[in-house]
Amino acid sequence: MSTADAVAAVLWIGATFYAVFGGADFGAGFWSLVAGGSDRGRRARELIDWVLGPVWEANHVWLIFVLVVLWTGFSEAFGSIFSTLFIPLSLAALGIVLRGAGFAFQHTARREALAQRLFGASSLLTPFFMGTVVGAIASGRVPVGNAEGDAVTSWLNAASLLTGALFVATSAYLSAVFLVSDARRARAPDLETYFERRAFATAAVTGVLAIAGIVVMHSEARYVYDGLTSEGLPFVIVSVLCGVAVMVLLARRATRGTRPLAVAAVVAVVWGWGVAQYPYLLPTELKISDGAAPDPTLVGLLIVFGAAVLVVLPSIALLFTLAQRAMIEETDAPQPQYPAEGNA
Amino acid sequence: MLDVALPLASNLEAARSQMAFTLGFHIILASLGVAFPAMMLIANWIGLKRDDPDALLLARRWSKVVAVTFAVGAVTGTVLSFEFGLLWPAFTGRYGQVFGVLFAIEGIFFFLEAIFVAIYIFGWKRLSPWAHFWSGVPIAITGIGGAFSVVAANSWMNQPQGYTISNGKVTDVDPFKVIFNPAVPYEVPHMILAAYIVTGFLVASVYAVGMLRGRRDRYHRLGMLIPLTLACIVTPIQFAVGDTAARSIADHQPVKFAAMECVQKTDTHVTEYIYGRCTDDGVKGGIGIPGFDSFLVGWSTDTKVTGLDSVPPDDRPPANTMLHWAFDTMVGICTALIALGLWLGIQWWRKRDFPQTPWFLRAVAVSGVAAIVALEAGWIVTEVGRQPWVVYEEMRTADAVTKADGIWVTFTLVLLLYAVLGAATILTLRLMSRRWRGVEVEDDTDVPYGPSAGPELSEATP
Repeated sequence: MSTADAVAAVLWIGATFYAVFGGADFGAGFWSLVAGGSDRGRRARELIDWVLGPVWEANHVWLIFVLVVLWTGFSEAFGSIFSTLFIPLSLAALGIVLRGAGFAFQHTARREALAQRLFGASSLLTPFFMGTVVGAIASGRVPVGNAEGDAVTSWLNAASLLTGALFVATSAYLSAVFLVSDARRARAPDLETYFERRAFATAAVTGVLAIAGIVVMHSEARYVYDGLTSEGLPFVIVSVLCGVAVMVLLARRATRGTRPLAVAAVVAVVWGWGVAQYPYLLPTELKISDGAAPDPTLVGLLIVFGAAVLVVLPSIALLFTLAQRAMIEETDAPQPQYPAEGNA
Repeated sequence: MLDVALPLASNLEAARSQMAFTLGFHIILASLGVAFPAMMLIANWIGLKRDDPDALLLARRWSKVVAVTFAVGAVTGTVLSFEFGLLWPAFTGRYGQVFGVLFAIEGIFFFLEAIFVAIYIFGWKRLSPWAHFWSGVPIAITGIGGAFSVVAANSWMNQPQGYTISNGKVTDVDPFKVIFNPAVPYEVPHMILAAYIVTGFLVASVYAVGMLRGRRDRYHRLGMLIPLTLACIVTPIQFAVGDTAARSIADHQPVKFAAMECVQKTDTHVTEYIYGRCTDDGVKGGIGIPGFDSFLVGWSTDTKVTGLDSVPPDDRPPANTMLHWAFDTMVGICTALIALGLWLGIQWWRKRDFPQTPWFLRAVAVSGVAAIVALEAGWIVTEVGRQPWVVYEEMRTADAVTKADGIWVTFTLVLLLYAVLGAATILTLRLMSRRWRGVEVEDDTDVPYGPSAGPELSEATP
């Protein structure tokens, strides 16, 4: 494995964390949006509000991590992606601003219903347009250079739109599975059933979209399609098996295992894509080895990543330990937050 | 104004306007993020050492303000990282591999900051008082570390080094030389001190307004004096650092310095102009001090100062008068703030109290806004003064900009969104302050990292 491959792996680790934690977060926003009128959706939203708050900032950092590693390690790819895909990336950023603002002011907003709508709608915007970006890259529509690709058709095509829809569905699915456990922890059996149904529904939708995606990729993203059906195939199989296992466990009302398996299903897809696309950053335009920064920069990135693991992980552990031991709570009846349970 | 309005037709001007606006917005929040935790910890420390409930209450409330500004700053900071690609893909596409490691380092600091902000804010009740205090210390340290990383990247854009380019491709990088480039020793401390000055005077000004409105209790007194003292100590140091910076720029980036001072022709015995309009035949209006510009650069009126005529017109910074005014405004405000500090210092030395005249409180009340104006003016000097280069004498800003259409649309959207974001931030802080005035017992419903007290689930409706 070359230094460039190692940095690409680090980039992918960041992307995986963002897909899982960011995805679950965006999905929760989606469920908040579709929960219905202020009365009907109140209980579901109360649960969502409870699980969302404390982890938002950490999830946010993964995106910045991905951006910085991409522009430092693979500058040319970064410039090409961001100039050709100016429109969907601007819209994804818009979603992040709206969501962040909604988060910062959620407790003080005077028109809470409006703030919630905005929060929910922005939770759709970011994953959808991030999905179109991934679809555009996978289908080879991002040529190297400053805005060399088509500003509109690069992301407004079947492969990109399907990927966008798939991202939204995956987020909603992941989040629904998480919320089932959260509802159990909050001793709210009605919400447990509520999100179980939704987990099933989104699992079905995600499956259908994934199959449709594969059909479209056969014609539009041949390189990645070939990869997914050869080297990437084990990952695809693992993902499907995990997805099915989650459904079985949910149907049997199992108390354990659903969340790790749902996460594994998503992780497998992310890495399946990576393996399928390897050795390209931009299939079939730019290879990892050709697009990588000079070695001292790559080594610098790996050192920084190592330092991050050494410094940040213990700090996160401290945060979660304090949270679990109720050392950083304000009230007398603390409840752990979901990443604090350590099985996500 | 005409020279500002005309070039607005191009992609470049749209991108520059959007970058300038979003950075100018973020720099205020970033300054608060760097320096406010330190003030909060000083109040916390005083509260614990002297068993002072007023200081502890201040620290506790300031920690909530830190939470709000940190959350908003995280959003505006994320926008900036998108803009590296959305607006300047050719710049990041070539040089990202050179300066990017600095942002990777900044990422670690930001991550740690977020974690310890959360621990500190929610640690007030259950952590032991001193353990809680120490959990806040990493916030102040990581704030400085993050500022170092980001400003070092900007310094590198002014004094690029540590890389090799052949055929337009970066072929080698020396990260150490990139990180410790020649502009770091003056640019980094200048920005970190600016953060402390802005935060100090801004926080003090809030309590000065409260005192002017008759709330002259001990709580307000401390709330004003802690940040004000810190800011007044830092401001003269900043003046010295800024003076060194200006002299270094005269050496490192003589054209930038010439634009700041409106020096048209390379000469000795150059007149220092305070304000005035910059034209091709020299400064019109303004107050001139003969020979003083030469003296400031080299301690002698015989010092030769490089003029704008040393480079072709295309290589000179635009909007000369604006740049010159920004520089003079920054220096002027810094001088006025030093005078404010002297007023406080002398009175304290003689009477062990701050000046009791309402004029002192009025001066403190405007000092916060003045410090922000100085911060923005300084940022304009750095950024506009570097033009037409994005990487000084290596890459033109015009060659860095995206070829994608639609920046006018995103810029308009950014203006609208940030207006709402700014208004919401100020409204939220005002709302918090109004609540605090009304209640004795703290409630914690107004922080973004809301206490995870368990969902307040209403009764299930069948």
